[in-house]
This record gives sequence, structure tokens and C-alpha cells, in this order.
Amino acid sequence: MHMNRREFLQLLAVAAASGMALDSKSALAGNAPSNFYDVPRHGNVSLLHFTDCHAQLLPIWFREPNVNLGIGSALGKPPHLVGQYLLKQYGIKPGSAEAHAFTYLDFTEAAKVYGKVGGFAHLKTLVDKLRAQRPDSLLLDGGDTWQGSATSLWTDAQDMVDAGIKLGVDVMTPHWEATFGAERMVEIVNKDFKNAGVDLVAQNIVTNDFGDQVFKPYVMKEMNGVKVAVIGQAFPYTPIANPRYMVPDWSFGIRDDSMQKWVDEARAKGAKVVVVLSHNGMDVDLKMASRVTGIDAIFGGHTHDGVPQPVQVKNAKGITLVTNAGSNGKFLGVMDFDVRGGKIQSYKYRLLPVFSNLLPADPGMDAYIKKVRAPYESKLSEKLAVTDDFLYRRGNFNGTWDQLLVDALMAVKGADAAFSPGFRWGTTLLPGDPITMERLMDQTAITYPETTLNTMTGEMIKTIMEDVCDNLFNADPYYQQGGDMVRVGGIEYTVNPNQTIGKRISNMTIKGKPVDADKTYKVAGWAPVAEGVSGEPIWEVVATYLRDKKVIKGLKLNEPRIIGVGKSNPGIADYKGGVS
Amino acid sequence: MNALRRNVLKGAAGAGTVAVAVAAGLLKPTQALAGVPRSAFEAKSVGDALKNMGASGPIDSKDITIKAPDIAENGAVVPVEVTSGIAGTSAIAIMAEKNATPLVADFSLKGGAEGYISTRIKMGQTSLVRAVVTAGGKTYTAAKEVKVTIGGCGG
Repeated sequence: MHMNRREFLQLLAVAAASGMALDSKSALAGNAPSNFYDVPRHGNVSLLHFTDCHAQLLPIWFREPNVNLGIGSALGKPPHLVGQYLLKQYGIKPGSAEAHAFTYLDFTEAAKVYGKVGGFAHLKTLVDKLRAQRPDSLLLDGGDTWQGSATSLWTDAQDMVDAGIKLGVDVMTPHWEATFGAERMVEIVNKDFKNAGVDLVAQNIVTNDFGDQVFKPYVMKEMNGVKVAVIGQAFPYTPIANPRYMVPDWSFGIRDDSMQKWVDEARAKGAKVVVVLSHNGMDVDLKMASRVTGIDAIFGGHTHDGVPQPVQVKNAKGITLVTNAGSNGKFLGVMDFDVRGGKIQSYKYRLLPVFSNLLPADPGMDAYIKKVRAPYESKLSEKLAVTDDFLYRRGNFNGTWDQLLVDALMAVKGADAAFSPGFRWGTTLLPGDPITMERLMDQTAITYPETTLNTMTGEMIKTIMEDVCDNLFNADPYYQQGGDMVRVGGIEYTVNPNQTIGKRISNMTIKGKPVDADKTYKVAGWAPVAEGVSGEPIWEVVATYLRDKKVIKGLKLNEPRIIGVGKSNPGIADYKGGVS
Repeated sequence: MNALRRNVLKGAAGAGTVAVAVAAGLLKPTQALAGVPRSAFEAKSVGDALKNMGASGPIDSKDITIKAPDIAENGAVVPVEVTSGIAGTSAIAIMAEKNATPLVADFSLKGGAEGYISTRIKMGQTSLVRAVVTAGGKTYTAAKEVKVTIGGCGG
């Protein structure tokens, strides 16, 4: 069955109007066939991978970006393809279930038909179904599992630690996990994980003083008589992008040379398959794959890119497959290797969208989630406001959810301008949805939530914006930190991503007037990385604003004018801020 | 870790402390190191520092490896390792090009010592970290960028 976009939209409109949701196999015949989750095993070594679920235990909506620009050699290549460009690259049928999962296209209409995504009870059903055919497979957790929801914050990550164990995770690597503090991480690894047989691996976390490994660099597993090494790569810039004081004695970094050393050691000890479980971000993984030899596949995360097929990267001694498995529990990666004669003969990879309506909830996991949420239900379900607008976060420059945060900061704090970090997590709300405390916490639940109000000169504001912009658009991926651009309220600007630091931002205005380098402005913000900052938590500030507003309507999305990237750049589409 | 290794490493950390103290202006370079004149440490530009070291116009070399983070975790203590594969290496100096006084340290290697040093330096802003190697009366150089960033806003 093939539909063009217009036909698809008509069908969606009818479906939505009649209250029909895709909760059976027949709602949109051909779009999500009954065999959607039939993935026959290929070969004899299988790895399942999810990443960046950001503590979302229940099904949610998550809109993929319409701006994800590739810089330098990354231009127009995965993962820097949005919308139709992505569909074309991977031969995905417009209007299909996959098209909805992998792109932002027609999101609000399609979301009503296909329903929510993810949820650990549904993910558990899918994992178990795949494992039934792959009894000795490994389940890899790429990190950013313990942070991103109210309950993970309020239980000090315990809800997610137990959920991961119940899901059957074998190996994990960290990023936001570290924001619960080094002591808490070590406690979980030495107690909960040890008792459950879960390995946390990170070759690039060493002690500041002597350079000793803090965690195991890799683990060796055996599947069908084949030795498989899984090397861990934590987010290299954890102490820079997140508070340094939370992991004061540890040093991170990319550490190509030690990665090579561990790969070689694993091979020398008989590994026939060597994979890296990485929180580098996809651009960093692609570069690492070109420099380090002997890695068969990198299972990547951090940048939240849902990439349907691996990128094959050539290096001096062979080819490394690089994958990225999206975020928020929306996808499960399935890698099957056929290993014979001491080497990989072939592979098959699928990045399966987790449609909650197509996967019954696992009763055990469902009961666990209900139990862990019970003490918090009334707080979570507090209705703060209703949104008439479509609220999402993801995108290089701004999202409507972030606009709401900076609007609230400026209003409550009486600021001229506001900054909100370019986080890539945070769920999506459809027009008409209530904004509950739980959904607000999806955008804000971190261990350093303090809000601030500072006086800054125009020059300082520009310096900060240039600094963050370079972390996103430096032409060398090893200098990229994998977040999006800082969200800016009150200041309009033009950006040229292909420039260098200090030269990307121009035409800055506040209330229609040019930003004066020497003049001071009141700037609100949140999530300070420095120690000892006090201030009301961001969720309190925004909750105050929402309770007062009651209805969110007509948000004015402040997006910069983008220059120097070209009108037909495959990393941007349907952009309202102006692009050339 | 065994006690011997700890002691050896403590020695190395001690050397690093000297360099940091120099960079921070706590110690007069002439007190710490006798190799190059004080004027080289006080020079305000890379060119002047090189000139005062007697090392003007060093040759770019691929045999010098600088190991330092791409992005510093803490600009106040940036770990830097320099390995020189050039035969007869007798001195290794480190410069943080954009520091107010770029020359951070100069190590004299005697008695056929391996061309390797490891220390920690202080950097005020993103800059090239440059190694200057003296071998057989000639000077060689290589550089690597280390970024010092405001932080925050990641992932």
C-alpha cells in the first residue's frame, strides 16, 4: 500500500476525528503490519541496545528535530538529516509508522494515530520477545537512564536502577548518572549492580591523581562459544557540561589511545567480536571509528539521533559500524552478527520503534512501575495548566517547551533576557494536553536545578552564546559536547554555524534595540555548573507561572536567523526563523 | 597499586607542582629552573619568549607528541605530556600561547634521559599548547589546541 502525503494526512484527520488510535493491527493496514516486531535471528551473536531513555518509565511522546545541522564533513550525512531527507536516505515510506518514529513530519496528527512510544513495561515485552529467539543475547544500556523524570530525581535514581535490572540490562555506561554524585554511582555499582550481575564499564574514567581506572574498562562475555568484548565509553565531557564538583576526583576525556589499548587487549584475550558501548555522541563516534582500529561496532547515544542503519566507517585496518539509538525509550536497536571462522561474516541491524499500543505491557514491570510511582502520584498528577500549543524541545536552536521555560524565567524573575540549557531530553505534549507537574519535571528534573538572576554586560552575553555555539558547531567533532544551542529568551540574533568561535553570532537585539557591549542587562538562567549557587528550583518558578497562566497559547518561538548553511541543507526543514 | 609506584608517581606530581607554581607566579622561575633566562619566562609573547630562550625559528616536527585534553576539565590544572622522539633531546619547554606570559616550563634532560615530561599547567583561555624541543643544538616545535570553555549546557 502506498499513500502520498495528502492522502495520508486525510486518513490521519479522519482517524483522529473518529477517536481511532492504532491500538490494533488493522487501523492503518500496511503502515504497521502485524509482523512489525517479527525480527528473525540472523547469525549467532546478538546485541540489543537502548540509550538515553532519560528515566521515562511510562509511554510518552517525543518529537524528533527539524533542525540538526551537520558541520564541515558532517554536512548532509547521517545523523544530520531531518524529515524528508532522512526518509529518502533510508527508503522509509512517508506516512508509515517508521516515518512517524524517525521524523517530526506531521507529528501532532500522526501521534494521535500511532499513540505514545516507549515505556519500560512495553520495552520489556519487546526485549523478552527478541530474547526468546536469542537466548544468550546481551542487553546494552547506553546511559542517561537514571535522570530525566521526577521519580528518578525523588528516589535518588533508585527507580531506574531497579527498572534497568528488571529489564535485564547486562552492561551499561554512564553520563547523567554522574550527576547523582560519584559516591552514589559507586554505591549503585558496588551494591545493586554487583548483586544483579550488571557491569558498568567506562574505559575513559580514571582517577585525577594516578590515572587508575575507576570502573571496569570492558567486560568479556561468551555467546554460542564466541567471545565478545564490550568496552565502555562514558560521556567524555561530563565534568565540563555538568558540574565538576559532583565528580571531583575523576578525569574523563575521549582517550583514543587507551581505547586502542583495550581493543587490542580484548583481541589478544580471544575476543572475536569487539564492540564499544558509547556515550560520545554520534559525530565523536564517527571520528573515533576512523582513528581506532579493531572495533566491530559502536553502539552510540548522547546526541539522541534515531539512525535507522549503521554508518560504515573505514579505518586503517577495516570497517567499524556506528549506530545511534535515539532517546526516551522510543527505540530498541537489534544487532545480529554471523560469526564463523573466528570473524564476523555478516550483520543485520534494526532500530525498532517502541510503539506502546502495539506491545502489551509486561505485567511484572507494569506492577513495579505502579508501585514505585504510588507515593508520588498526587504530586505528579497536579494539573498546572493546559497547553493549546504544541510543546516540544528537540532542535539545534529552540523548542516551544524551552520558550515556555525562558518566558517563565523572564516573567517571574523580572529579567531582560533568559538562558535555558540546550538539553536534548524532555518529552513532547500535543495541543490540548494538560501540563502536569510530571511533564514539567520531564523538562527540568536535574540535581542542580537552581535558578539565577545575574547582571551581565552585552559583551558577556555574546561570549557565553559564542562559547556554547562552539560546543555545538566546532568543525572538529572532538571539540563538540553534544548538546544543542543555549535557548535564549528576549534576545534575537543571527547565527552562522560554519563560522569560528567569536564570529558566529551577530545582529543581537533586545526589545528591538541592538545589544550594547558595555551596557548591563538582567539575565535569568538555571542549571549552574558552579558549586554553591543557591536559588529557587526551576520547576517551582515555571509551576508558579503556569498556575497563573492556566492556558498556554500563542507562544512566540524565538529562533535565530541562520545564515551560511544554504537553503537546501538536509539538516534543516520547515524552519520559521529564516535560513540561507 | 603498590607502594613503589605511588612514590614514583608522587615524585612526578611534585614536578608538576613546581611548574604550576611557576605559571601562577608564586615562584620566581630562576629559583626553580636554571636552564633558560628569567627574561624568557617574563616575555609577554611567544616570539619574545622563543627569542629570549635563544630558540628563534624552531622547526616544525612530527616527532614531538603532545598529549593534552581537547577540552580542559579545569583550566587551572591542565595535564600535559610531551614526548620527543628526536635523538639527543636535551630540553623540553612548554608554552600556553595565550597566557599573559606564555612560557610555562622548561625542563633540562641530562645524561641521556628519555625525551618525556609530564606536568600540569594553568591556562586562562583556549589556546595552542606548544612544545619546544632542543636537540643537538637545534630547536623543534609542535602544538596542540586545548579549549577552555565556560561549561554547562551539555546533552
